Amino acid sequence: MVSETATAELEARAERAESRRGVLVGAPPFAYLILFFALPLVIVVVYSFASRSSTGATILGEWNLDSWLRVFSPQVAEIAWRSFWLATTTTFFCLVFGYPFAYWIATRSPRARALLLVLVMIPFWSNFLVRTYAIRFLMGVEGPVSVISQALGGEPVRVLFTNTAVLVGMIYGYIPFMILPLYAALERMDWGLVEAARDLYAGGWTAFRKITFPLSMPGVVAGSVLVFIPSLGAYVIPAILGGSNTVLLGDYIVSQFLAARNWPFGSALSTAVMIVMLAATIFYFRRGGRTL
Amino acid sequence: MSESTAAGRWSDRMLGANGWLVYLFLYVPIFVLIVFSFNDNQRVAVWTEFSFRWYGEMLQNDAVLRALRNTLIVAAVATAASTVLGTMAALAMERYRFRGQRGADGLLYLPIIIPDVTMAVMMLLFFAQAINIASHVVRLNFGLGTISLAHIAFNIAYVAVVVRARLAQMEPQLEEAAADLYASRWQTFRRVTLPLIMPGVAGGALLALTLSLDDVVVTSFVSGPGSTTLPVYVFGLVRRGVTPLINAVSVVMLVASIVLVGVSLGLQRRSGKGSILIE
Repeated sequence: MVSETATAELEARAERAESRRGVLVGAPPFAYLILFFALPLVIVVVYSFASRSSTGATILGEWNLDSWLRVFSPQVAEIAWRSFWLATTTTFFCLVFGYPFAYWIATRSPRARALLLVLVMIPFWSNFLVRTYAIRFLMGVEGPVSVISQALGGEPVRVLFTNTAVLVGMIYGYIPFMILPLYAALERMDWGLVEAARDLYAGGWTAFRKITFPLSMPGVVAGSVLVFIPSLGAYVIPAILGGSNTVLLGDYIVSQFLAARNWPFGSALSTAVMIVMLAATIFYFRRGGRTL
Repeated sequence: MSESTAAGRWSDRMLGANGWLVYLFLYVPIFVLIVFSFNDNQRVAVWTEFSFRWYGEMLQNDAVLRALRNTLIVAAVATAASTVLGTMAALAMERYRFRGQRGADGLLYLPIIIPDVTMAVMMLLFFAQAINIASHVVRLNFGLGTISLAHIAFNIAYVAVVVRARLAQMEPQLEEAAADLYASRWQTFRRVTLPLIMPGVAGGALLALTLSLDDVVVTSFVSGPGSTTLPVYVFGLVRRGVTPLINAVSVVMLVASIVLVGVSLGLQRRSGKGSILIE
């Protein structure tokens, strides 16, 4: 009896010591994140309730909901809708081309698979700005595409500064984020199940629809979230490939800080975008996604 | 039977066609850019002859060289600091149980989830406030310091994700065995844990380095006069148009990131089955 309580006491003490050590190991990184990440986050939320003087300076103290009311104005709704639509379209096209692509790689021989995968990794890790620039270079009025088209007797092609240009740039930039989780899901899959379905006289399409696709669903969800989230907040791609009438949420937020100097409104917009992203991510985790 | 194999062959051919189409899409823009960076002509799209002219001009360009220097300083500082802090965060999460761990988990994932633009806004407002408050005591300004601090803030999370994946794969028995043989906590870490998670730590460091070298948005918000990094400098030029000088600078940045891919793939091969993606 006595020894039992003593053991329990010892165990509790060991647990407390363990917890203290854990706190010690975690203290430096989490202190850093609290100071340089959580605090800035709080500041942005606080700023969204501040007001703005006629010179553009932010007045802390005269708290109000003006910026938040503007977030729900028709002008913002139009920009948000355009961003949402573009992000959805980007995700759709990445999925349409990325799924068969990942399926194709996953069904090659192991050696071919390794090589084909490296060829996806290279653009995935390559400098994003440079890749976007390459698209701009290709699409410009003086660019190779236009020059070739003119040489063939066609019209000068002008895609740059349109929504189409931004869409192509986004697909180009984010398709590796779709392919890699899809590939991971398909590669992990138990292909014996597909064989079993075929043995039971399921056609190729039926086997795919009833077995392969449902089993690869975690990859579909992961890839879609990984493409949708950065597409929705994209700034660099629309800034380089888009025009003045293709304003998206990303550039709209930036312009509040650089050109318009309306920090409270910009803060409210940032907070709103962040909330949407959080909701999307929680949805992703609920659907069984584990990796980020 | 023959009908189904014919259909199978047809769908296989379609898959292959789609595959090569996606590869073309991914690589043609990069190849065209590389080829045209060796074009002598001032007008970017008119091919005259092969030359290293723009690479030469790049090396003569003070603004480019200063930006390159700034980029390397920030990347080195941010990578080193975030690798150490990120690894500590990963260890705390995977090897210890402490109060507030779920909150810590959220804090560790948030920087990955929120978009660049929001992160940039957060850093701008924070440093503006901090500099303002500090101005009563000391004169601080936006510059390489603020850029490095901001980069560390978003890199910690990425390093932690990679290292945690490695720690989760590791068998805890090895650490327990070391403890049974009277190794101290620190000895166990130095001799057993660290060597085993090293591929993860290296992978995290490479990811941090890549993110640091690539970042445009956050950096442009927290940089001061004279502290422009190469991506921010190039971004500014690109918005105004395409020039042969940017082509050359871009190709150099591209080659740098491809070298990093090579290094990370080499690391993975040495460590056997590693994380292919960042997870």
